[in-house]
Amino acid sequence: MLRFIVRRLLQLIPTLFGLSILLFVWLQRLPGGPEYALLPDDATTEQREALRRSLGLDEPLTVQYMSFLRRLGGGDLGTSLNTGRPVLDEFFLKFPATFELAVTAMIIAVTVGLPLGYLAARKRGSVLDFTAVGGSLLGICTPVFFLAFILKVVFAEQLGLFPSAFRLSPGISRTDITGFVVLDGMMTREWDVVWDALTHLALPGLALASIPLAVITRMTRAGVLEVMGEDYVRTANAKGLHRTTVRTRHVLRNALLPVVTAVGLLTGSLFAGAVLTESVFAFPGIGSFIYEATQERDYPVLTGFILLIATMYVFINLLVDISYSLLDPRVRAQ
Amino acid sequence: MPTTPSSHNPSETTQTPEEQQPRDVPLHKRKAAKVDRLAELMGDRADDTHGSGIWREAFHRMRHSPMAITGAVIVLAFVIIALCSPLIAPYSPTSQAWGNEVFPNRNEFVGPRAENLLGLDHLGRDMFSRIIIGARQTLMVGVVATFVGFLFGALLGGLAGACSVLGGRWGRQVDNVVMRLIDMMLALPALLLAVTVAALIGPSLTTVMLAVGIAQIPIFARLLRGAMLSQGTREYVLAAEALGVRKRKIALTHILPNSMGPVIVQSTLTLATAIIDAAALSYLGLGNPDASFPEWGTMLAEAQRFLSSAPSLAVYPALGIIITALGFTLLGESLREALDPKLRK
Amino acid sequence: MSSSAPLLAVNELSVVFHGREAGDVRAVDGVSFSLEEGRVTGLVGESGCGKSVTSLALMGLLPEHGVTVGGSALMRLPNGQEDLLQTSRRRMRDLRGSQLAMIFQDPLSSLNPVVPIGRQVTEILERHRGMRGEAARKEAADLLYRVGIPDPTRRLREYPHQLSGGMRQRALIAMAVACRPRLMIADEPTTALDVTIQAQILELLKDLVTEEGTALLMITHDLGVVAGLCDDINVLYAGRAVETAPRTPLFAEPTHPYTVGLLGSIPRLDAPRGEPLTPVRGSINDNIAWEDGCAFAPRCDHYTMECLQGPPPLVDRNGDPTHIHRCVNPIRHADVVDRTVLDSTAVVGDDEEAG
Repeated sequence: MLRFIVRRLLQLIPTLFGLSILLFVWLQRLPGGPEYALLPDDATTEQREALRRSLGLDEPLTVQYMSFLRRLGGGDLGTSLNTGRPVLDEFFLKFPATFELAVTAMIIAVTVGLPLGYLAARKRGSVLDFTAVGGSLLGICTPVFFLAFILKVVFAEQLGLFPSAFRLSPGISRTDITGFVVLDGMMTREWDVVWDALTHLALPGLALASIPLAVITRMTRAGVLEVMGEDYVRTANAKGLHRTTVRTRHVLRNALLPVVTAVGLLTGSLFAGAVLTESVFAFPGIGSFIYEATQERDYPVLTGFILLIATMYVFINLLVDISYSLLDPRVRAQ
Repeated sequence: MPTTPSSHNPSETTQTPEEQQPRDVPLHKRKAAKVDRLAELMGDRADDTHGSGIWREAFHRMRHSPMAITGAVIVLAFVIIALCSPLIAPYSPTSQAWGNEVFPNRNEFVGPRAENLLGLDHLGRDMFSRIIIGARQTLMVGVVATFVGFLFGALLGGLAGACSVLGGRWGRQVDNVVMRLIDMMLALPALLLAVTVAALIGPSLTTVMLAVGIAQIPIFARLLRGAMLSQGTREYVLAAEALGVRKRKIALTHILPNSMGPVIVQSTLTLATAIIDAAALSYLGLGNPDASFPEWGTMLAEAQRFLSSAPSLAVYPALGIIITALGFTLLGESLREALDPKLRK
Repeated sequence: MSSSAPLLAVNELSVVFHGREAGDVRAVDGVSFSLEEGRVTGLVGESGCGKSVTSLALMGLLPEHGVTVGGSALMRLPNGQEDLLQTSRRRMRDLRGSQLAMIFQDPLSSLNPVVPIGRQVTEILERHRGMRGEAARKEAADLLYRVGIPDPTRRLREYPHQLSGGMRQRALIAMAVACRPRLMIADEPTTALDVTIQAQILELLKDLVTEEGTALLMITHDLGVVAGLCDDINVLYAGRAVETAPRTPLFAEPTHPYTVGLLGSIPRLDAPRGEPLTPVRGSINDNIAWEDGCAFAPRCDHYTMECLQGPPPLVDRNGDPTHIHRCVNPIRHADVVDRTVLDSTAVVGDDEEAG
């Protein structure tokens, strides 16, 4: 098991290395590079040249890349053109909010999607099945930002059930320990803060959950349908086992294997999906920050955040592989 | 294969006891009579569709699937509207002919009426005409983005797959390098990749199409390579190699055509994703800056501002996007099901 | 408890699948046979003749919807006779595994890949014998040992993919015999195995029947298996029994042309060199409806006009009630097959898939 993890970790090195090259070339050498972003549109060619020299952009690419890597190794991802703070600091400042949002969305998606997909498969062809399949197709086909807007207008602005923006209501006082609002509130027993944070998470969490919910429902349904036709389920029935035993130990245990992978990968993609949701709800996380960066062409933020998110994604992938091999003895053997 | 009854007419039935048969009927007549009777009894057993290709078979299955029919109808309607939009649209989509009737700052909008079927937008333009003309832009975004993803993805994936199957040690090296590249691209979330591309090239419709298309490349590449690898282990490839068919020819005429199924399914699904992602980019302000030229994503993004006072401005383009995406998704999913060897038969 | 009645009496069993597009398919069409304790009964036929469906119907494992099961299957149980086809689903769950058990064809796909072998054995002990924890584990190890799995305590912790094909089938047999059922159904238990393993598994099944006095219903397409194992044999064709007889008369004097054809299809090591096999022509799809005549007629070398006039009845052969056949023109001479087939335990099976 340990060897498996070490081997997978070693495999990550070339991927991450290549990723840095890709991003470096991609972001620093394309038209509309920093010399355009930093200077007003009517700047002269001389001004642009001067800026390029001062940024080291006139040196050979390899030299530039080496210094980029050196800085990367030292945890220096550059400074935001917009806020003037180091990119890494900004990332860690915004990360807890987005993490809380992604976890909320995933909890919604899993707690609704798994039972729904399972019931749809069990009652194949029923009204419930039809609704689940139709609903998940609709969920995949609805632009997330539109859904977010509808939720905001209906539940926040019209019905006033939930707050329409931000992480916390203005004026609420809280003790900051980790940056995770819900966690801090629970640690300090400030239950009003926890509740306030949860109401703020509800609508964006729901909007962000739409796609993972649809995917999990469909995958669970397909998995259960497939496994129910397997020979070993017939064997389990032939042994006269109780229906619940057959359904949990034999059907679900196998049907959920691919769903585990999906949950991991979806969690990674939520950090990207948060760009849309967070900007609708003015939720101060990674997504909103990237959105602002695109508007301002804050290229160090874009490079840095994307590199960090990609790294995170790669590590989530690793975790998924490890948990998969714990769940499926056949993978472990290879 | 079911054989026709007459083809195995038993000629050596001499030892068959036939005491019951009336003796006055000649032997050959009796034989003919029983063969005819057998043929008659087996007649209604039609040959099943052996030997028809998988595409044909898939088409047959899809004709009976309500999912596929719904999808096909939606897609067909959308394509017809998009192609004939200038003929259908009653007014120019950019003409602000009714500009003096709409006051967004006073929450005064004009809903559906006889001359404007879907009402007016916030600048007093005919909503119906804008939706119809917008279909054309949306179709173009979807098709071009999918084409970009398909083309480069299939090139990369096809190269990796062919090298891995037929190229020996060197081929596997090439495959390895290409796949690492694709893994890296996969690690970048598609939407973020698109956002970055769009942010750097500057907002335009081309940007959106390129950004969405590029984000789809790794998916196509992985799919095609996977399919080719699984085809590469089949006996017919071995047979072709044993017969001395050139490797390039095996890859192009045997493996590739048999591996296209999942890629074609994915293309159909990608048309839906592309339209949705394009709308997202438009919403983020990376789409066509020339808002006067209608495109559903841009229209939807613009209409968000008036969502609480004039929800229909957003709902029409949103419905357009949702229904169209649903059509492509239904079509793609039912195609996938129809081609699935596990579900076939 | 009437000891005169057989352990299981299947009478006019029929199974109809209601297809959405294809219409109704009559998979089993009035099959009758009976099983006795300590005896092995064979159900023989090609893929698609209805033999597997028969076994699933008896086990109550057919799908809940879209299937109609007719006839009766009276089984002698500790508290009186019960019709397996009329029993409630809940009661069938109690009976399955404890009173009647089944062994399936493909041991790899029939075992849950992500649950250790031990758990798959102990779960049936928990369910029907109320055993828990260490006691169940010990009993499971004993069971594995009894079916010939060496080092059973280690095997209990292993997963199906870590076992060889023969081991897996032994493990499945261990699960089937765990509660000493009075009736076992084996559906092509050796088809997926190597020839050498086939013989071992058949030997094991034979021993279990003699030692425990279990009744075994053996479903197979392989007449070699039948010759070495079965006491009574039913040959099925297109959902109906075409010939039923004890082993010796069936092999010595087969009367139905289909049985003769099946016997002619067995490759024999002691056959004269160069002598061709005489397979049955065509496939099971080349048939006609039983209502119109003999379903086997299109593949038969001996069919006459009478074969095509209405369903042929089941009749005694020369007044012998143990040997019955469904044929208008039965073969009347006994020199078709020689007796050596009877003595061979396993003959090379073909790689036909079971239906």
